[in-house]
Amino acid sequence: MNITELTLTETLEALKRKDFSEEELNKAYLERAAKLNPKLNIFLEIKKNSCGIPAAIKDAILTKGMKTTAASKILSNFLPPYNATVINKLIEQGISILGKTNCDEFAMGGSGENSAFGSTKNPWNLNKVTGGSSSGSAAAVAADLCAFALGSDTGGSIRQPASLCGVVGLKPTYGRVPRYGLIAMASSLDTIGPITKSVEDAAQVLEWISGSDGYDSNCSDTKFTLQPERLTQGIKGLKIGVPKEYFSEGLDPEVKKVIEDAIKKLEEQGAEIVEVSLPNSKYALAAYYIIVPSEISANMARFDGIRYGSARADFGPEIKRRIMLGTYALSSGYYEEYYAKAAQVRTLVKQDFDKAFANVDVIVGPVSPTTTWNLGEKIDDPLTMYLSDIYTISANLAGIPGLSVPCGFADELPVGLQILGKQWDEETILRVGYAYEQATEWRKEKPKLSF
Amino acid sequence: MNNYEPIIGLEVHVELNTKSKMFCRCSADYFGKEPNTHTCPVCLGLPGALPVINKQAIESCIKIGLALGCQISKKSLFERKNYFYPDLPKGFQISQYRWPLCINGQITLDSGQVIRINRVHQEEDTGKLSHRGDVTLVDFNRSGVPLVEIVTEPDFRDVESVRDYAKKLQQLLRYLGVSNADMERGDMRLEANISVHPIAIASKASPWRLPDYRVELKNINSFRFIVAAIEYEIKRQIEALEKGEKLLQETRGWNEDKKCTFLQRSKEEAHDYRYFPEPDLPEIEIQNSDTKKIAEQLPELPWSKSKRFADEFKLTATQAQILSESKELAWFFEETVKHGNKHGVSAKEIANHLINKKTDINIVLPVQVIEELKGKRVGIIENKEELEELAEQAVKKNANAVLDYKKGKEVALQVLIGAVMKLSLGKADIAKLKPILEKLLKS
Repeated sequence: MNITELTLTETLEALKRKDFSEEELNKAYLERAAKLNPKLNIFLEIKKNSCGIPAAIKDAILTKGMKTTAASKILSNFLPPYNATVINKLIEQGISILGKTNCDEFAMGGSGENSAFGSTKNPWNLNKVTGGSSSGSAAAVAADLCAFALGSDTGGSIRQPASLCGVVGLKPTYGRVPRYGLIAMASSLDTIGPITKSVEDAAQVLEWISGSDGYDSNCSDTKFTLQPERLTQGIKGLKIGVPKEYFSEGLDPEVKKVIEDAIKKLEEQGAEIVEVSLPNSKYALAAYYIIVPSEISANMARFDGIRYGSARADFGPEIKRRIMLGTYALSSGYYEEYYAKAAQVRTLVKQDFDKAFANVDVIVGPVSPTTTWNLGEKIDDPLTMYLSDIYTISANLAGIPGLSVPCGFADELPVGLQILGKQWDEETILRVGYAYEQATEWRKEKPKLSF
Repeated sequence: MNNYEPIIGLEVHVELNTKSKMFCRCSADYFGKEPNTHTCPVCLGLPGALPVINKQAIESCIKIGLALGCQISKKSLFERKNYFYPDLPKGFQISQYRWPLCINGQITLDSGQVIRINRVHQEEDTGKLSHRGDVTLVDFNRSGVPLVEIVTEPDFRDVESVRDYAKKLQQLLRYLGVSNADMERGDMRLEANISVHPIAIASKASPWRLPDYRVELKNINSFRFIVAAIEYEIKRQIEALEKGEKLLQETRGWNEDKKCTFLQRSKEEAHDYRYFPEPDLPEIEIQNSDTKKIAEQLPELPWSKSKRFADEFKLTATQAQILSESKELAWFFEETVKHGNKHGVSAKEIANHLINKKTDINIVLPVQVIEELKGKRVGIIENKEELEELAEQAVKKNANAVLDYKKGKEVALQVLIGAVMKLSLGKADIAKLKPILEKLLKS
């Protein structure tokens, strides 16, 4: 048995059966990390534990006494004096932090290349990007360097890298998981969620990290509970919506084919496929890139060069770009035209989903319009980079949950199926994801990593 | 000089006396505490920290709004006010702009003039900088302490009414029990907007409108200084207009040494605060029933009390005003009147006595006032030996107060007097007791 290939659920069962000890478990992952990390640049810091279930944590999530940099020079020496709530919740469950994972600086980016500490390499092809911003967390799961990982998703930062790295990524409903201790990017859209080797694992981790802590005013008391019999009941009779807007121009034909096959598979499982329309999708990206930079311009203000030991000149170009965009959009005389307008569009996007979900249980489509691309390919073209999030950002604007499940390959590169659900209804998207995963063999595919 | 009319509007910041800070669980009682000991990730603005609204502060803010006759908003929002300053750890202040908690109130001055209140809103205080030679130190104990801002319309026409308004507001805040409103400690801070225009032009202009500039007097942390600054500013502006100069929108500070105001920021340098709704906080919804509940908790307001004293006890307006100056004195007066009723002492006599004798209500009991007034010394303990014995007992029972007294804390004597009063059931003669106690403590 190869310990590091086991899913989280399998690992928990094996530990219960005493197939191996926690010490052996940690040793196996640490050895693998020591060999692979220099090639993949996944971990910014590794902690040598001998017990606990090893998890990889995005470096935008605060860990007490363990450096938390958000992959920025600004915080390169920041030792947090407190744990994020999700970390405390995981520690209560016997989880240990194996390492802090690389990401786009302050979670701003869609390729992992905006890290001040170098790009993470995609385990499926070392010349390609992992996607982002939770680049290291997705790659760590794909390369079997942890039992599971945590990422954060503001516009697709869990789902898109999960898709590009061929693993499961879950963006929960906004307000399901407390954000306290997550370095804020855009506060009204930020969510923390799991990146895992299976759908069941994602449900398990969500159960562990959900539920209010009294520190996040936007977090609900409703904790998600994993109910295996509901997760595994199949999808016969479920109504699955397919938005026509997600299959138009811009979607890579190879990716399109893989997604269409996946939808057929869902139909074979007994689901009813219905076309739906999300007519305001075309405005979502524009609204997103007003709201997000606006919030960023305020959230980044604390890094003013007085505290944290680094001058503002140390911000990477994407951070500077967004601070300037946001500062402009909020300026007196422009607020009504930009921020206020974008907030209205946001409401329309939300209403689109409300209407669609009146008729269907979930909505499926692609996560990303393409598979992964070459390192450096889009780095000088921010607009093209922004477009890679075109299918994911709407869920953040609407606050609804979204799941990325591996659904095949286009030119030998992973493709993810996106399953969007009603607010607070992670259960149904996980149920659909589980049914799909069990009906296919994709989860068994692993990148060939030689060392 | 008399051809010009000053136009003044005030912004008053009031620090609330809530137990915890506005958005975190740190103690808000920061005054005189060791620097940076009342802090946490939230009020230090650390990455990842999030605000949670202090409900008690919102209630206090609404109380102030209601007492000033404001409309309470059914829907209110916090917003981020963005600016850089070393005492502002997040780089923005959580404040209110478009959706304040309370709007459109008013307050009547002694002169009868009505000052309109534009808004009463909730925000958080900043940290405190202290400059020591070449270095500047930051203390974040004050960071995040609840602050209420009360903004008037530009209704003041002279410094006297500014003074009266500030005094009335302070009295109101203390009556409501929402703030210590101590100006010296910075619980209550004033900022003024001042402009001046020639009366001749102003009266002809139709409709009446404000001058096209205003000077903001800011960062002046003493009441005395702000009054001096307003007086100086009125003079300066009139002189400038006389010389035919054009006055501009600007922010000025006060130089106490030179007794003059000085330019801090011109209009071009004015901040654009880029307000937008605070995404980390939910909208505040206030139901009519919530407002009603808070309204029911309001005490009798000083001006109502004063009016009632005048009507009910046939006092002069001045007497009524003096006796209702503080909640404590008003209570003492009414208690004394109750005792007086039983012994045929009139409220008017009591009022005269309290005002003329400047009775110290902290050491005398209402019943003693009546006894004194009736000239009946019956029951009052004046006997030296008896008082000495009581004093000794009190000293024995209050070792801590004795220690405090020896450390130089004068208030400790009050504690001991109180103890003797308790032992003697309020019958010890304080004037005679005091020297006895002092002698005993010094021995």
